[in-house]
Amino acid sequence: MKFTEEHEWLRVEDDLVVVGITSHAAEQLGDVVFVELPDAGTTVSKDDEVVVIESVKAASDILAPVDGEIAEVNDALVDDPGKVNEDPEGDAWFFKLKIEDLSVLDELMDEAAYKKFVG
Amino acid sequence: MDELKRTPLHDLHLALGAKMVPFAGYEMPVQYKLGVMKEHLHTRAAAGLFDVSHMGQVILHGDDPQAVALALETLVPVSVAGLAEGRQRYGLFTNDQGGIEDDLMIANRGDHLFLVVNAACKEADVARLRAGLEPAGVRVEYIEDRALLALQGPGAEAALSALNPAVAEMRFMDVATVELMGAEAWVSRSGYTGEDGYEISVREGDAVALAEALLAQEAVEPIGLGARDSLRLEAGLCLYGHDIDTTTTPAAANLLWAIQKVRRADGARAGGFPGADIILPEIATGAPSVRVGLKPEGRAPMREGIDLYDTDTGGEAVGRITSGGFGPTVGGPVAMGYVPAERSVPGTRLYGEVRGKRLPVEVVTLPHVKQSYKR
Repeated sequence: MKFTEEHEWLRVEDDLVVVGITSHAAEQLGDVVFVELPDAGTTVSKDDEVVVIESVKAASDILAPVDGEIAEVNDALVDDPGKVNEDPEGDAWFFKLKIEDLSVLDELMDEAAYKKFVG
Repeated sequence: MDELKRTPLHDLHLALGAKMVPFAGYEMPVQYKLGVMKEHLHTRAAAGLFDVSHMGQVILHGDDPQAVALALETLVPVSVAGLAEGRQRYGLFTNDQGGIEDDLMIANRGDHLFLVVNAACKEADVARLRAGLEPAGVRVEYIEDRALLALQGPGAEAALSALNPAVAEMRFMDVATVELMGAEAWVSRSGYTGEDGYEISVREGDAVALAEALLAQEAVEPIGLGARDSLRLEAGLCLYGHDIDTTTTPAAANLLWAIQKVRRADGARAGGFPGADIILPEIATGAPSVRVGLKPEGRAPMREGIDLYDTDTGGEAVGRITSGGFGPTVGGPVAMGYVPAERSVPGTRLYGEVRGKRLPVEVVTLPHVKQSYKR
């Protein structure tokens, strides 16, 4: 699993990059009450705001961690946003990205680096 | 920046795992381990203990209690002289423009009046009271050595009765002095959640023992400012500085119920408070823009500052949300805000602009969640 400074995790599954937020991020956000996902097929560039997530406290965005195309979104989160707090690094993935070159992930943090980043 | 102040329960908050945030000059718990959502639901289901020691406590003394009450009536459009001993009432400090300088609770405790004012306004309120009342011979005592706790929820009566059964006899807005854990407590049956419950003032040295005795009970959990906000929002209660401020009149704020007949035009003690020449005529004419409940039709929360429109595209903003978020008991977004009077009828559909998109929102009657006061 790879991690970004925006507290996203990325995992490669069947040549797609699955993206979610880390347990640390979910805990900081507090109870998530609203999730708005992009449409599958959307082309995104790194740092585009692709997901809106609102907790009891505030609204925030999830940014595209790399360039790519949204291949699939996790519609279950729209009906049950609380999943993001229950299983942020498992069932509560947000979207899957189709990207051209998986090697761009090499530049991201591994788990040890992320742990150090979070402190 | 001044250093943040701490309440007498500061160490207890930390021991309970609170997340502390700056609020009105104090370091306050925004949530504990349960988190905002569960704390909210727990308060409505059982009982929640809130530290509200940051709020201002003031006593007004004088040789003649009736003269003290009449003096305070020069600052608030409320019948203070008509407030029976052992009773409390909601009030407003108004300004010459008819706006609201703060909202407060006024209790008649026999030989004195006891006021509770908002934390962010307390210095200004004390100055206002001194300037307005001392010339009339009233002594304004700013209480800085007492904590204030709120115990709220359907389990509050049983929890506080376990410490002193006398509190069960109190009804909504009663005030009494009772002994709790060997300490003299000034108790009112009131709160800011829409639930039954109590607010309890004790000397700061007695606060921790009282809080611990309440928290030791199964039904009672500590609750932070996050849930306090969502609870009061569902209950349709105003947050000063957001839903009411120096520019909103009582009529606009939909708070005319706080102005008793005796202070209105043709009342025995009509007017005589700041802004009466604006506030009283507006009772008959109505305000151009009024505070209403708003229920977003979708799932997206509509928060403070969101503009409201008549249509889903184009046009000028006609209103604005002043408080909004997710209501855990409602299970969806809830809000309140100001809309033109002609659009204030429940059922009116407006559109809130969220992230550039106009989403439907319906004007609804407040509260969003039925209040359950013990009247």
